[in-house]
Amino acid sequence: MALCDSLPALLCKFPALSDATIRAGRKTIDDGFRGFVRSYGTIIDAVVQPLQVFLNFIERLFVTSPWPIILVAMLVIVYLGSRSVKVTIGTAVAMYFIGLFGLWNDAMVTLAITTVCTIVAVVLGIPIGILMARFDRVQAVVNPTLDVMQTMPSFVYLIPVVMIFGIGKVPGMIAVVIYAVPPMIRLTNLGIRLVDKEVLEAADAFGSSGWQKLKNVQIPLALPTIMAGINQTIMMSLAMVVVASMVGVGGLGKNVLGAINNQFFTVGFLNGFALVAIAIIFDRTSQAFGKRLQKHSEVVHG
Amino acid sequence: MASHAIEIKSLYKIFGPRGADYIDQVKSGLSKTELNAKYGHVLGLQDINISMPAGGVMVVMGLSGSGKSTLIRHINRLIEPTSGEVLYDGVDVCRMNDRDLREFRRHKTAMVFQKFALLPHRTVVENTVYGLEIQGVPAAESEKRARYWIERVGLTGFENHYPNQLSGGMQQRVGLARALTNDAEILLMDEAYSALDPLIRVDMQTVLLDLQKELKKTVVFITHDLDEALRLGDKIAILRDGGVVQQGTGQEIVLHPADDYITAFVKEVNRGRVINVETIMKPLAGNPEGMPVAKGTVLEAAARAMTAAGQSTAHVLDEASRPVGTVSLDTIIAAMVTPTGHGAETQQAA
Repeated sequence: MALCDSLPALLCKFPALSDATIRAGRKTIDDGFRGFVRSYGTIIDAVVQPLQVFLNFIERLFVTSPWPIILVAMLVIVYLGSRSVKVTIGTAVAMYFIGLFGLWNDAMVTLAITTVCTIVAVVLGIPIGILMARFDRVQAVVNPTLDVMQTMPSFVYLIPVVMIFGIGKVPGMIAVVIYAVPPMIRLTNLGIRLVDKEVLEAADAFGSSGWQKLKNVQIPLALPTIMAGINQTIMMSLAMVVVASMVGVGGLGKNVLGAINNQFFTVGFLNGFALVAIAIIFDRTSQAFGKRLQKHSEVVHG
Repeated sequence: MASHAIEIKSLYKIFGPRGADYIDQVKSGLSKTELNAKYGHVLGLQDINISMPAGGVMVVMGLSGSGKSTLIRHINRLIEPTSGEVLYDGVDVCRMNDRDLREFRRHKTAMVFQKFALLPHRTVVENTVYGLEIQGVPAAESEKRARYWIERVGLTGFENHYPNQLSGGMQQRVGLARALTNDAEILLMDEAYSALDPLIRVDMQTVLLDLQKELKKTVVFITHDLDEALRLGDKIAILRDGGVVQQGTGQEIVLHPADDYITAFVKEVNRGRVINVETIMKPLAGNPEGMPVAKGTVLEAAARAMTAAGQSTAHVLDEASRPVGTVSLDTIIAAMVTPTGHGAETQQAA
């Protein structure tokens, strides 16, 4: 402090913009955005209406179907995906305990939103990743955007999302997708860029068109990496359900949020473990499925 | 199917972002080293003029960095030339638009690669149909043709194996079957056998020679192995630092190497397997003596036949079985063991 007494004020206090300027700027942007939401809110709502309907439909499908049907369907999907009795039995046990502790409905809500978010992330992520691999210029734009998406705290981008869509499933889904889509895009891009140049050259030499190269060579050879991207996307969607519950998505995340607010130790962990169980089921199934697609790389000439 | 010759005319390739800017300087004598030092560009090919025989095997030989792989990639334009022409059937491949080029690659050329470049997620038969599949040939038809060629290259029974279940030699048979199934007039083989074991390599050379006898495709074969070049090539071009040092038949190169570089190369060659009897025969004086040998027989085979028959003299028969000259075991052995060098000709003449 003593040093500062003898120095000019400029060197001691960072020359920030004056409070008045900042306040005026903030007010302009906030008002502008609010005005935008007010005038276009109905249009935006109309545009996302189908998404809302779809989300509600999936959630109702999961929640209102009798539990044995859901359980059997799940076990069948898990078995077809993993071809592993161990994983299937593990799934049955996990779901039994989830149901035993009264978390069945909440788990179904979480399962529904995770499923939809994963589908949306994959459908958006793979084409963007392909474009990124094909054009360096797209990569130069998308890469920093993904950096922002992954590091920006989700609560920050929830502010405009909630301002536009209000509270509900759609803003929750948007928050989850923003968080979960980057690994899908990045790993698709990486996988395609790592495809063996020699094989691509062979495809060229036989006169493949761009689409034939993509379909016959790039996507199949990038598939292990793309599958890793899908797996990551699922894991990140599940990790986001607690944050999503802050903007009105129900399910296990909402219980966790309640447990945090009320310091309910047991409830918090029960719901937390239910999330872990679902995550493991998804992970093991998708990994085993991805591995099975790569069966050609496992048998090696002796 | 009539194959056509491939004419390469004053082809230049300069690697680097602004290669075209330096082409005039290179044409007026800027060397590879100077180009690299001054402008940071690499001279890949300079002033290549080769006429590749129709229906024959053209071997382009050179050590690594000589530009041979660059050259073969100009024939189907996997690499864009900086200047020059590649003519096939009167059309300049270098001037084709994208669509024509794709059609040219689909129907006129097929390529075999050093590292096989098979699709790892496809079985042998699925790899073999690749060329036909992208041409849009119906699946049943292309599979039938693929199975025929799989059988011809000796892979029957492995149709449903994946590439990494096969040894290197077998993988390259798949590469060959894939190229042959395309039924293209030009077969480009980029160091196709360089990654194989010596015995398997000789085996695959035999496969190619046997097939070529009936197919008569225009084959361009790249290799760094002179023995392979001499065994396969109807015509050989030797490349060094991106330029052609010498081109001609195997015999011409072995007997008259153009410079010390090629002399050093051919020194190690088994001349008995390259030189033909008619090259060293003496004109017939009087009646044909000893046993007959056909024109085109290499010295080693002739010597073996004569030793087995206990003869020391033989007469050479031409295609119409007329005696045209005479050789003795002594001259054969002398020709087999005398190394020819650049300048040996002039010494003999003096």
